[in-house]
Amino acid sequence: MSGQTSDHQNHEFWIQQVLMKDPAELSGELQKKLKFLRRDKVDKPVVTIGMNTCSLIAGAGHTMKEIRQYLTERDIQAELIAVGCDGFCAMEPLVTVHLPGKTRLSFKNITSDKVYFLLDSIFNNILPEEYVLCQHPDQDHELWKDAEFYESIPFYARQRRILLAHSGKIDPMSMEDYLANGGYRAYLRTIRSYTPLEVCEIVEKSGLKGRGGGGFLTGTKWKLAHSSIADQHYLICNAYDSDPGAFANRALIESNPHLLIEGIAIASYAVGTSRAYIYIRNEYGLAVKRLREAIRQASELGLIGHNIHGSGFNLDISIRLGAGAFVCGEETALISSIEGKRGMPRPKPPYPVAMGLFGKPTAVNNVETLANIPGILKYGPDRLKIQNQEQSRGTKLINLNGKIKYFGVVEVPYGTSLRDIVYTIGGGVKNAGKLKALQIGGPSGGFLKEEELDTPLDDQSLKSMGVFIGSGGISVLDESNCIIDMVKFFMDFIQKESCGKCIPCREGSRRMLEIYENITRRPVNENGHSTLERFKGVMQLESLAGVIRDTSLCGLGKRAPNPVLSSLRLFRNEYEEHIFDRKCDAGVCKELRLFYIDVEKCTGCAACTPKCPVEAIIGTKKHPHFIIEDKCTGCGICFEVCKFSAIYVK
Amino acid sequence: MNFVYQIYCYFNNIVHKITKNILVDLSYLHFLNQFIKSFRMDNKQINEILEKYPPATRENLIPILQEIQENGGYLSEAAIVEVGRHLQIPASKIYGLSTFYDQFRFEAPATFQIRVCRGTSCHVNDSVSILEEFEKKFKLKPGQTSRDGLFHLEITGCMGACGLGPVMQINDVYYTEVRASDIKDIIESTIHREV
Repeated sequence: MSGQTSDHQNHEFWIQQVLMKDPAELSGELQKKLKFLRRDKVDKPVVTIGMNTCSLIAGAGHTMKEIRQYLTERDIQAELIAVGCDGFCAMEPLVTVHLPGKTRLSFKNITSDKVYFLLDSIFNNILPEEYVLCQHPDQDHELWKDAEFYESIPFYARQRRILLAHSGKIDPMSMEDYLANGGYRAYLRTIRSYTPLEVCEIVEKSGLKGRGGGGFLTGTKWKLAHSSIADQHYLICNAYDSDPGAFANRALIESNPHLLIEGIAIASYAVGTSRAYIYIRNEYGLAVKRLREAIRQASELGLIGHNIHGSGFNLDISIRLGAGAFVCGEETALISSIEGKRGMPRPKPPYPVAMGLFGKPTAVNNVETLANIPGILKYGPDRLKIQNQEQSRGTKLINLNGKIKYFGVVEVPYGTSLRDIVYTIGGGVKNAGKLKALQIGGPSGGFLKEEELDTPLDDQSLKSMGVFIGSGGISVLDESNCIIDMVKFFMDFIQKESCGKCIPCREGSRRMLEIYENITRRPVNENGHSTLERFKGVMQLESLAGVIRDTSLCGLGKRAPNPVLSSLRLFRNEYEEHIFDRKCDAGVCKELRLFYIDVEKCTGCAACTPKCPVEAIIGTKKHPHFIIEDKCTGCGICFEVCKFSAIYVK
Repeated sequence: MNFVYQIYCYFNNIVHKITKNILVDLSYLHFLNQFIKSFRMDNKQINEILEKYPPATRENLIPILQEIQENGGYLSEAAIVEVGRHLQIPASKIYGLSTFYDQFRFEAPATFQIRVCRGTSCHVNDSVSILEEFEKKFKLKPGQTSRDGLFHLEITGCMGACGLGPVMQINDVYYTEVRASDIKDIIESTIHREV
């Protein structure tokens, strides 16, 4: 049962006997076979391990080697499968063990040194309690005693996993795994029994909106592209996670690449194109590898290619690697990058649905949007209707990171309150710290304070607070983080990544960064002009941000001032503290730190005096020294030199 | 190419066994590194890559450049001129395009590629201090290569190990929860392992 599906018989079996038939029609024997293929039931022990990029960084590669060594050493007939990541990155490397007759068990943080102990006890039917994360109960299997249920873990229980349903269970490199879980059935039914316009209508009716940030109805977009008359149409899948703090798309692709391929195939049929592109970051080596393999397997089965299963529909999917420019996440910039030009946006209209790639009608969709499509076609347009959602329907992938206890990729329905996401799913702030703010949506997003956490996760309600979900990254900041420093970080990013086409973004972001640099600089030897420069922070920042927002050409520029505006709204006191009091409470802005010498501890060794670059330390030998506050530049050299820890930061 | 690389590894081992001295190894490693780079790519190989992309249109420009860099390690002047001749695009335009994108390099890559994650989460967990440490101890700023051609420091977007931040990568090895004080040990152990 390896990933190889090369022999002809196997193809015949899948296409004719499984995919072309209704699930209810399948014979009992076949159902049983599929159950084994899905690994719902096993006849020998199955060990799986999450092997995404995040898992590999956490050390899953070593764990896998160790498990393999263990199995050969003890001569145990067991299957070892590398699966994707189920999103609970905090528990990586995540290992599951499924013994015949018993329920499947998940184990957390299994680094290579824990493997022998873990497998020794589990194969002897002893539960190594300190490693157990949960068990996955079902009626066919005997329960383990003293193991928590999957449903009782808040991280999983409060999610609504539609896109991530199979992530972390199936082998991303295996076509059979995806097919056994009902994959490609919706696609084959679509091209055999619907017209492209019907598909557009079903998707439109489902209320699916673009997940990339635009929030345009996907079905309507396809309809527009489909109705534009041209000899060639194109479909582009935008897999360019542009936010520096979000990787939900990558996690989805790495765990379940076939889901995206199926979504792209259905979308291409609806738009009426035979050419689809996936534009993905070149840094995502593993995701690209898995996508390439998925495309190869799908064409081997005849699911993409020429005249697919007699339907007259042709499809060719090619992968384009982005060459590293943040702005290529914007659709018109992405299009010029595929055309072989600099990735610079152009004014809209004309929109890509009328004039896109090579001047032809093009539909550009986000990974998450396309991954929703197979489900909608399979279960009908009501698939995304989840309790009392008005504006936005369905679920959203969220990247929880920063100072949070359980970081990872989670999928929640729109309308969930942010408090639920951070405190229930995410487990609150790391090390029992106090939450200072949430940063949502990376460089295009904004901040929210603790009091505003009851806001539902919804495009409309967040927009009214000046925040865009965008790529779905939520960073938790605690008291040790400085808001000014965060905004400076984003400005630095935007300023570096601005393509340089329009002036407001190119010059404005640079000026904004300069203002932030002036605020966080220590005002030593300041003359009138530089004082004025520093006070610009309060005087001009807001109006400058407004100009950039109103006059920039593309989404990148228009949203660039968001972090500035929302931090000004919520944390004005912190700005004033930096500018007037010249101090950073969190101690992050290094140049604003003030150093003092503890008179009790200082022995007067005078090790620091010659090291100080501005001669700010005075004193006589063998007596406590002092730092002249006005001269000190806050470089911190004396702090490192002192052997008696007599120097402290305030 | 494989043959040359084998000789290169062989020499490295001998030098290491004889000297047991890391400093001597370093200069030697660098010399061999430069030597091997001069063999990296010639016009014949570039033409082989160009032939793989049959319609000589602008659409294929970026994939061609990416493949050349993947094989040769960087874009040489000769390669850019050759690609321009093939696609009928002025070399200046190709240079302009390749400087627009962060991915393309115009110098031979260093032996050790150090990448420090500057994603939001790693920033929150103080990845700046790592970069400062590199500047202080090794006189390396992001985007720079050390004078002996051994280390190249660059920053990247999120690597996807947000809770384990700050994350650093040297060639294929990841380091998690890196503190500024760990850098020296990491670099030394890397050199020892590779030599």
